[in-house]
Amino acid sequence: MAGLHQSDFKNPVLNWFDSRMPILTMMQKEYGTFPTPKNFNYFWNFGALAMINLVIMIATGIFLAMNYTAHTSMAFDSVERIMRDVNYGWLLRYVHANGASMFFIVTYIHIFRALYYGSYKAPRELLFMLGVVILLLMMATAFMGYVLPWGQMSYWGATVITNLFSAIPVVGESIVTWLWGGFSVDNPTLNRFFSLHYLLPFMITGVVFLHIVALHITGSNNPLGIDVKTPQDTIPFHPYYTIKDSVGICVFLLVFAIVVFFAPNYMGHPDNYIPANPLSTPAEIVPEWYFLPFYAILRSVPSKLGGVSLMFGAIAVLFVLPWLDTSPVRSARFRPIYRQLIWVLVLALFVLGFVGAHRPEGIWVVLGRVATAYYFLHFLVLLPLLGKIEKPLPLPESISSPVLPRGPGGGGGPMPHGATAKPMEKI
Amino acid sequence: MRLALLALGAFLALPALVPTARAQVMDPEPLPKMRWSFDGPFGTFDRAAEQRGLQVWQEVCSNCHSMKEAYYRNLTGIGLSADQVKAFAAGITITGGATDDSGQPIDRPALPADHFRTPFANEKAARAANNGALPPDHSLIEKAREGGATYIAALLEGYRDPPAGMKMGDGMNYNIAFEGRQIAMAQPLHDGQVTYSDGTPATVEQMSRDVATFLTYMANPEMEQRKRMGVRIVLFLAGMTVVTYAVKRKIWSDVH
Repeated sequence: MAGLHQSDFKNPVLNWFDSRMPILTMMQKEYGTFPTPKNFNYFWNFGALAMINLVIMIATGIFLAMNYTAHTSMAFDSVERIMRDVNYGWLLRYVHANGASMFFIVTYIHIFRALYYGSYKAPRELLFMLGVVILLLMMATAFMGYVLPWGQMSYWGATVITNLFSAIPVVGESIVTWLWGGFSVDNPTLNRFFSLHYLLPFMITGVVFLHIVALHITGSNNPLGIDVKTPQDTIPFHPYYTIKDSVGICVFLLVFAIVVFFAPNYMGHPDNYIPANPLSTPAEIVPEWYFLPFYAILRSVPSKLGGVSLMFGAIAVLFVLPWLDTSPVRSARFRPIYRQLIWVLVLALFVLGFVGAHRPEGIWVVLGRVATAYYFLHFLVLLPLLGKIEKPLPLPESISSPVLPRGPGGGGGPMPHGATAKPMEKI
Repeated sequence: MRLALLALGAFLALPALVPTARAQVMDPEPLPKMRWSFDGPFGTFDRAAEQRGLQVWQEVCSNCHSMKEAYYRNLTGIGLSADQVKAFAAGITITGGATDDSGQPIDRPALPADHFRTPFANEKAARAANNGALPPDHSLIEKAREGGATYIAALLEGYRDPPAGMKMGDGMNYNIAFEGRQIAMAQPLHDGQVTYSDGTPATVEQMSRDVATFLTYMANPEMEQRKRMGVRIVLFLAGMTVVTYAVKRKIWSDVH
């Protein structure tokens, strides 16, 4: 059993290294020759984009932490010092702050991709669940990061969100005191949030690694949602997808740069440029935009415990999604009803986003409740039923076969081939 | 998509079915449209307006408002030379910022390395001198208000006589741009309030636009550098995108 790895590397130094620790062979296998379905569209860029985004956040965050002071009396001023006196501190901070928004944009599109093309279905359930864990960790990290500048929204957002735990019966109040490290959001809270905000990204990195391990066991899904059948269906990851991801990375960085350099405060709230003041509550306490749909779900229920349960339930439902969706067909291209419902779900989430940004009164309450109802109806009722009643379109025989006839209209519409089609095998 | 469109229609129709929310009686008037020299990706600060704004700020605003994140040395960014900044700072007295040989606090002239002078010793003193209201710090006021520079100018130009029948709080002033339309600050700018050295007539509108430009610089001292850098980086990335896409097309040309 003991002995050196038989390395294929010709370069003697690389061969010596790889024989003793074959991570070069592993990289070659997982990112070089890794057989990948050849029909990815640009939606498949977003995993790589999220990875790049995580690296950007950690890199800028490390340098910000060198200049930040986690104390209620100094945090706000230290952030301003970064903006004004640290060399390119404004760039670090604007990249980091807008990077959080970019991270959520990219991740939400990545999740939409998974929902649209059924990437959560067997055998990729665990892969998907690990993704939901990453989303949860991202939310916790983003929330605690927003508290660090110690502006008005930092302070009051932290107060509102931590207070949610007081809805838990019996032990709720004690849990909140424990979270705060005192009897209100104060210096101990800021200290621990800073510590955790530094820790969690590395936990995210760890779960991302597991996410990729799971991905490389099952292989990627693809826009047709059918399994890879022959080697003709795949191409090596490098150079085909390294270059395709590079195109996506360029466009991503372009959008990112436009936001950072020309509208760095567009996605932020002006109140967070006012130092935290426990004696003055802002007229409206709103979270960052990426939490608004969940905030709207929280406020659409008149009971505190009910709202909190639904809000966490909105994420929890994703954990069981692979078993809620009873249809054996993965890709929405071949699911005529699901293909429409997924857009209704997207619409409901956008409506919830707008609802979350407004005071819960009048029409906003009604809209919020309708959209919340649809969100849960979609996952808990429609998806289980749909597998039974929906008649899927015939699936193409293989990934290679539908690539040949490219209609004049182009685009990725379903191209049923009645003669050659057969229903997808159950896994 | 049909179902989604139907759902969209339903969401849009809902407002008609529900009584509208109560109108808030004293909402401020919507901000007017204003054009600024620093608008857009190529916008820069109008140096003359910034310097006039500094004069207004120093002669009027600084009597009650602090700007504690900023340093006098930041004024080189509005076109003052190092010597001019030194001279400007020397005209301002910092109270209790230093000690003499026996350890007693002394007053001294400000240096370029000093933060802008804070007019009151503490919050209580500030409130006592201002009818109980606290004049907010000005370092970040442009970023801390919805509407930014336009809001600042609209507020300074927004003083009117209160409408008949409106009950004003004690010592409050009617202002159409302010939330609730009652503001503790009395109208700070009147025509001819300052005498501009460049001969620009000091109308209320001129002074408020100048001081809004100055405060925008003070909240975003990096803005010109940021935009210059942004233009170059965006051009680079656009070129990079084109090249990368061309390479992608070439590499993928053998995939069928």
